[in-house]
Amino acid sequence: MIAVAAGTNRIDPYLIPALDGVAYGLLVFVAASGLVFCFGVANILNLAHGLLYAIGGYTAAALLDGGWASLALALAVGVLAAAAAGVLLAGLLTPVATGNHLSQALLTFGVALAGGSLLVAGFGPDDPQVQVPAALEGSVLVAGHRYAAYRLVFIGVAAVLAAALYLVVRRTRAGMLVRAAVDDPEMVACLGVSPARIRAGVLAAAGALAGAAGVLGAPILGPGTDTADTVLLLSLVVVVLGGLGSMAGTLLAALAIGEIQTLGVALLPSAAPFLLFAAMAAVLAVRARGLAGRWRTA
Amino acid sequence: MTGLLEAQDVRVRYGSLAALDGVDLCIHDGQRHALIGPNGAGKTTLLNVLGGSTKPQRGTVRFDGRDVGRLGPAARARRGINRIHQRPAVFPTLTATENVVVAALPRVISRRGWWPGGRRRAAQHQAGPLLDQMGLTAVAAEPAGHLAHGQRRQLEIAMALAGRPRLLLLDEPAAGLSAIEVGRLVELLQALPRAVAVLLVEHRLDLVYALSDTVTVLRDGRTLAAGTPDEIRTSPLVRQAYAEGVA
Amino acid sequence: MRDEVIRRARGGVAALVLVGLVVAPWVVDEYTTAILARTLALALVGVSVALLTGVAGMPTLGQTAPYAAGAYACAVVGSRISDVGVVQLVVAAGAGALLAALTVPLVVHARGVIVLMITLAIGELVVIILGRWRSVTGGTDGLAGIPAVRPFWGLPPLASDQARYLYALVVVATLVGAVLVLLRTRAGLVLRAGRDDEARLRASGHRVALHLTGAHIAAGAIAGAAGSLLVVAQQYISPADFGFDTSALLLLGVVIGGTASVGGALVGAALVIAVRDWLFGVLPGHAPLVLGALFVATVYLLPTGVNRARGRLRPPSAPAHQPDPPVAQDQATVAELHR
Repeated sequence: MIAVAAGTNRIDPYLIPALDGVAYGLLVFVAASGLVFCFGVANILNLAHGLLYAIGGYTAAALLDGGWASLALALAVGVLAAAAAGVLLAGLLTPVATGNHLSQALLTFGVALAGGSLLVAGFGPDDPQVQVPAALEGSVLVAGHRYAAYRLVFIGVAAVLAAALYLVVRRTRAGMLVRAAVDDPEMVACLGVSPARIRAGVLAAAGALAGAAGVLGAPILGPGTDTADTVLLLSLVVVVLGGLGSMAGTLLAALAIGEIQTLGVALLPSAAPFLLFAAMAAVLAVRARGLAGRWRTA
Repeated sequence: MTGLLEAQDVRVRYGSLAALDGVDLCIHDGQRHALIGPNGAGKTTLLNVLGGSTKPQRGTVRFDGRDVGRLGPAARARRGINRIHQRPAVFPTLTATENVVVAALPRVISRRGWWPGGRRRAAQHQAGPLLDQMGLTAVAAEPAGHLAHGQRRQLEIAMALAGRPRLLLLDEPAAGLSAIEVGRLVELLQALPRAVAVLLVEHRLDLVYALSDTVTVLRDGRTLAAGTPDEIRTSPLVRQAYAEGVA
Repeated sequence: MRDEVIRRARGGVAALVLVGLVVAPWVVDEYTTAILARTLALALVGVSVALLTGVAGMPTLGQTAPYAAGAYACAVVGSRISDVGVVQLVVAAGAGALLAALTVPLVVHARGVIVLMITLAIGELVVIILGRWRSVTGGTDGLAGIPAVRPFWGLPPLASDQARYLYALVVVATLVGAVLVLLRTRAGLVLRAGRDDEARLRASGHRVALHLTGAHIAAGAIAGAAGSLLVVAQQYISPADFGFDTSALLLLGVVIGGTASVGGALVGAALVIAVRDWLFGVLPGHAPLVLGALFVATVYLLPTGVNRARGRLRPPSAPAHQPDPPVAQDQATVAELHR
């Protein structure tokens, strides 16, 4: 399901998986930060988050033709389409009472199911091929290993994207509002902005992030029938591992998941299926202890 | 001296504000003790510390000779410290009887406890007389959420008694009650089993004089005075504190 | 008086449904009988979901995890060790309970939407493990050729779909009866009280975490037993039986059934699963689309879902200043994740 091919046959087998892990982790970070927004600001468990990523992925598969222009076009279309889907989702959620998480989760799941079916109807049941820009098609030498040029560039682009995200959240007014909302969910209600508009904005932003991740990440975690589920699961694990408090936590969790999925598989192939589970269990067990104390005093 | 409950040098700070700044308190078996003082004196904080819902930064709390400082509210309740909240805390979807049964369960003893429903039935036997004592028999089958405020207060007292307390912490039990209900409450509290010690936090001095045999006055997180109700009533220090704090 | 009428009516409907279930295999064809047996297994998982979501107040999207553990344990035992139904049931329930016990530290301190998230992740991770642990689970191909079960030592193997269906029915009825009895003891009462107001329960001296742990493990055992019934019904299992969509369908069914009602969960889950199976039969290409639309429509038809179920129990005269425990807890748990 999560196939990150480590394309090397050299003696040192771990450098390439480690690099792949960074690429994968940054991809998951961009996708998961959308879910973190949704959950932290609007307090919605958005089970259609993977669908938003898949929209970006299918857009990339349909539009990319090997040129730079097509990449720019795909990025613009993918981001817009996924953001629009986010707004649509917010519209569907409007009649559901805020705070009713069960209904919200079920509704977003329905949208994910229907949307996934529409994507398959539109683009066919087979996983489509994604063409990277011709200039990045080859491989480059990294410390004596051949490494896919696109992945290397992706690492750079995703790092820039992560840094930009950090600056937006840290430095801008909108970012400050977001942080305030995450710290104190009730504060949003006191701002005088209608919750429906906040929700639409948050879901649009989440869609844009997931869409961008979907387009840029299509050559790494490509569009397919399982993509939405995979991205949703990885994003959920990132939220559980990293919490909502800091972007650094989210980034660290995403990178850890990337390394587990690549380096972990290379190092411990037999234990690989259990590694994600074990990581989640370990982090939650540690947190639960602190949490238990807080609960008792609450 | 050894009391049922001994708190020593309790300090709680919220940031730079000292809610409790080195308070000592000793309550003996069956003693009726009142805690008074102006708003913000630290009365409720002290109750929280004794009940286990707030951990003090410093100080010890001993109950029945043992250190209970590390225990949470549940463990203290099982040892016999029960609490009545400022706002009556009952289970709204459970009937009045079920509320008392739930409260009785942790301390209920039953020879048929191994049989499904055995302990529940034993607890049920305790619930009836308690509800009767509180005058709630007529509404025993009603969900607690249906009850009036005063009835919920009485239900909460029944729940506290069902836990077989040795010390009852009462946080402004008369808050929100009508004059008639307050009169009924005073009767109920005066009729509590003599073995149960009571720590009462109350604004209304008439209730304090009616219900307690010793009084501690808190102000700004410190003990200002302690003594019998008569001593406190005539203390100029206390009069002055109240004139500043309450008015 | 009205309550009495409703209770009688409910009892009558339940009796009718039971009679219908018993005679069903002689009315419908073999294929439908097999499908019905599988639906029974899933409805039993639905009961475990209701136990956690409605009774204990821990909404879950991960009961497919113990369900899968039970099914695979039963399949392995069935093909290698014993074809006796009772043994398989006990092993499957044990496996489900064990998995639930292992995941207790992950869920027992979380509340509300956080539990949904964590349980969903657990369920999905279990599916991934099932797909990759080929030596035991057969990978994505699953396990096939599991011999027919014999209910008890000395009895003949269940060769027909009717017999297997009736076996599943007996097991489901027994387990549901046990759950109903259990809910009438102090366990059910304390769980309901905890859903009302957890802090109050603690103030009365109850070990809340212990109660929730017990409920979680019991629900895991029930789901595990249901997994064994799935093996009996299908004689084949694969990770696809335990996907995230199954969890969501069951949760929807439980919400339709009223979240806290065991009977409602049985009917709701069976209904939702039946609709899914029917849709995939008549609209092979577009079933997910229609099913997704049905999800959205159902949520609209139950405008406040769980909250309405609570509201019905809570009188309108209840004062507004009463804190709403579930919401307050959700916020507390969201705050927990901020660290």
